[in-house]
Amino acid sequence: MSILLAIFLGLVILVLAITAIYHKNTKVAIIATGTVGLFASVLYLLLAAPDVALTEASIGSGLSTIIFFYVLNKIRQSND
Amino acid sequence: MAQYLTLEFIAMLTGFILIIIGLWGMITQKNLIKLVIGFSLFDTGLNIVIVSMAYVKNSTAPIIDKAVDVSQAASKIADPVPQALVLTSIVIGLGVTALMLAYVLRMYREKKSLDINSYTDLRW
Amino acid sequence: MIKKGLLLILLVGFVAVISGLLINFTGSNELNPLASYYAEKGPTEVGAANLVTAVVITYRGFDTLGEVTILFIAAAIVGFFLKTMNADTNRPLRLRKTSEILETASTLLVPTIFMLGAYIFVNGHLTPGGGFQGGAVIATGVMMIILARPASQFNHKLISVLESISGIGFVVMGVLGLVLASGFLNNAFLPLGKLGSLLSAGAIPIIYVFIGIKVGSELTSILDSLKENQNEI
Repeated sequence: MSILLAIFLGLVILVLAITAIYHKNTKVAIIATGTVGLFASVLYLLLAAPDVALTEASIGSGLSTIIFFYVLNKIRQSND
Repeated sequence: MAQYLTLEFIAMLTGFILIIIGLWGMITQKNLIKLVIGFSLFDTGLNIVIVSMAYVKNSTAPIIDKAVDVSQAASKIADPVPQALVLTSIVIGLGVTALMLAYVLRMYREKKSLDINSYTDLRW
Repeated sequence: MIKKGLLLILLVGFVAVISGLLINFTGSNELNPLASYYAEKGPTEVGAANLVTAVVITYRGFDTLGEVTILFIAAAIVGFFLKTMNADTNRPLRLRKTSEILETASTLLVPTIFMLGAYIFVNGHLTPGGGFQGGAVIATGVMMIILARPASQFNHKLISVLESISGIGFVVMGVLGLVLASGFLNNAFLPLGKLGSLLSAGAIPIIYVFIGIKVGSELTSILDSLKENQNEI
């Protein structure tokens, strides 16, 4: 059962990663990067590492996404 | 084939492919923000690989409680050392990502461009 | 075109190296000697129920100290770069109005998030969690304040004082371990207590509170220096 879940999570992570690299819209790419972190934290939980899962859930999907968005917003502002 | 159908192997495969995708993004993309995204994916993939190495078959989290007694801890838990290293690695990853993004902002301010081909100062 | 071909060759070489590692990977059936030493002796030597905490704080305490230093330097450089950028932009601050739902929800959620963060780092030696996770959760709460009330100003002095005090506290606890017990960052100079109770594991809860405050204030200062001049339309 957990193997099936791991295969599913792996496929989702890889699809999201390719989206993050190749999508034209930078906002979509940033959101995809954050979601990679979120699914990776579930994978850590399957691999018996709850400490790492907790860190990745709050940092990989919360803080790093918001930092990317701040920088993008700042670049967009100085454009006009 | 059956020997590869285990949790840790699938996780490690995912991690390695994520590393390759991140590296490919870092060397082919022209946009500076996409470069940082590639670095971030590389980081996540590396962490998944290290955690999957720490997994022992049918083990639980390395925490002593009612389910895992002190006397039988060594036969039931996953390896705590790589997990501790990944814990610090994730936090450092955030710091380095923030640092790279600050450099991107600074570079954008100099040239008003996010394309890496417009930074030709070191080309001769 | 040649460049693309070279990149492809580089990548194929990388894949070849990795697949060599991957094909021979079969997973492990038992812990290696070092990890089983930590598993057998950790609960009695350190007294922490969460063995990851035992490794992070005592057995590999130097790594943690270096990691906190790296994070501090990264936060300082981000602040330095963005401060000099903000200095010469004198545009008036026009704030975008945030939605009422976000504002109301943040008054309810922010104290809860802070409390969860404090719970996570106080209970770091018993349950999954610890200073890094708790600090990151606290920074998520700060992020929510920034999103809901963009006009709010943070007290920079308070942040840097908290950061300095917790950093000094961490090192002082380490040196106390050197003086009163057997080595730097040894937690056994306070009574180890009963395994699994809140006041156990010697100095680990105190060190983790310091690390939690330090990581929380460092991430807050990164967010804060990125926030400056952010909300003009």
